[in-house]
Amino acid sequence: MTEISISAAEFGSKECSGIITAISQTFTFAHRAMIKAFRNPESLADVAVMPIMFTLLFAYLFGGAISGSTDAYLPVVIPGILIMTLVTSCGTSGIQIREDMDKSITSRFKSMPVARFAPVAGILIADLVRFAIAGAVVFVAGYAIGYRPEWSMILACILFMMFFAWCLSWLFAFVSISVKSSAMATSAAMMILFPLTFLSNAFVPAETMPSVLQFFVNSINPLTKAVSSVREMLTYGTIDTDFWLSLLGAAAILAVFIPLTLRRYMRKT
Amino acid sequence: MTMNTDGTSAVEVRNLVKTFGGCRAVDGIDFNIPAGTVCCILGPNGAGKTTVISILATLTAPDSGSVKIFGCDVRKDANKVRRLIGLTGQFASIDEGMTAAENLMIFARLLGFSRKGAKERTKELLEEFSLTEVADTTLSEFSGGMRRRLDIAASLITRPPLIFLDEPTTGLDPRTRAQMWHTIRNLVKNGSTILMTTQYLDEADQLADSIVIIDRGRVIANDTPDGLKKSIGSMILRITVKEMTRAEEAAVIIGRSADSAVPFSEACELTAPIDNTGCLARVLAALKDADIELTEINVTRPTLDEVFFALTGGGEESEDR
Repeated sequence: MTEISISAAEFGSKECSGIITAISQTFTFAHRAMIKAFRNPESLADVAVMPIMFTLLFAYLFGGAISGSTDAYLPVVIPGILIMTLVTSCGTSGIQIREDMDKSITSRFKSMPVARFAPVAGILIADLVRFAIAGAVVFVAGYAIGYRPEWSMILACILFMMFFAWCLSWLFAFVSISVKSSAMATSAAMMILFPLTFLSNAFVPAETMPSVLQFFVNSINPLTKAVSSVREMLTYGTIDTDFWLSLLGAAAILAVFIPLTLRRYMRKT
Repeated sequence: MTMNTDGTSAVEVRNLVKTFGGCRAVDGIDFNIPAGTVCCILGPNGAGKTTVISILATLTAPDSGSVKIFGCDVRKDANKVRRLIGLTGQFASIDEGMTAAENLMIFARLLGFSRKGAKERTKELLEEFSLTEVADTTLSEFSGGMRRRLDIAASLITRPPLIFLDEPTTGLDPRTRAQMWHTIRNLVKNGSTILMTTQYLDEADQLADSIVIIDRGRVIANDTPDGLKKSIGSMILRITVKEMTRAEEAAVIIGRSADSAVPFSEACELTAPIDNTGCLARVLAALKDADIELTEINVTRPTLDEVFFALTGGGEESEDR
């Protein structure tokens, strides 16, 4: 018997190099999330099918009304759809975390020598793959209907948006951990996503809105800056101050919500 | 089953208390489990079994009292404790969306195995639990028994010296239940200490070296199966006396020949704990000598209710919970 306890103790000291272990565990959780996503392709619908639908819908339905023609509207709307798609998929990840929390598998993770934040961080890291898919799908769909952006900026643009969305995903994670059930997490995510994406300059120029709305769109909603900078990058191939401002804003969200989210997660599980 | 005699305690619980809201789910519990033995916590639904397990497995912090797992305190040395235990909860804690092999791989990787090491351990465990053929099947196609086996396999990856099984056979059909018993016996043979909870007396009798019976958060008995049987009888004799007027006389006779506390009487029905067939024969012979006629004789294993009755000496109290 004593033999067994000793071997277990050795097993402990071998992997005691804290932070490295925690990071590798986080990536194992990311791997797990990815296996589950690809095994269940419906779960990728929001990043693979929705962007195509929105691209076509907005371009043909609103193109004429907002910009005079579909072609003229594409440079306006594609950046908007990019941001909207990525931010929407943030909402989904929060729900996944919540669903995991409600399952008994969480008690197994907790009974194992596993870093407390690894399950959350893992799911959010796996999201980067979803964001990349979403971004690529929007560009392909846009290209198919005649969108011709500044190609040199595409990669930088996708990376920028992945980072931006990733920062926001911590906010969504915080919200869905805080609510009572995964059903409530879904509706809470929708309640945040709707005003955030539509009350921005993503689809309609802010100048056409009443002044109260303009104030929200231009001064409060962080998405507006992100959309503007993506437009700038893709249309003119330049990086403007909006780009740096939205990076800064996203980083601020990250700095606030990583500790908040992890603390709440550890307390709730 | 051989008791380990080197005196190491796998589990030491002292005056454990946990309150949820106003309810004292665990109300001052003490027990010890020697290393290498099986301990069954027995009790009805809501007795506090699962709460005890989750405190021991570091999932829930106790309000007061101390718990030591191989000498490590569950509060101060939680991470050390986590390396010494494997937990199989009441509800399957494995991933529905993945295959059996993927599940084990992920857990093994989380526990610090290299990719190659995790693969080997996964293969071993799948073989050990006869799951090799369904290694690449998604869990949604698994039967209840397969799921339970995989669930246990997942808690054995590091060969932990202490294994918690929370109601491992609840909801299983008799055949799968027997398989589970076999699995548990094998674990003990390989030197593990097991703490399991159950609602079934016969299960505890079959598997345990010691039985802790808890009710409403308190230990009401802590003994070996044999010791418990001595105090409550391994069988329960239930007879119905033909003439109600002689029931009391019969009760005295039974009490004397069964050498137990005065059996309780409910109209013409009398119940008494019995240790062996010799005792049964003595009771029946004594009744015949006294010329008391019976209309019905039943010998059954004691139910959990009867154990509680025998141990607490009053049925009323434990019913209106």
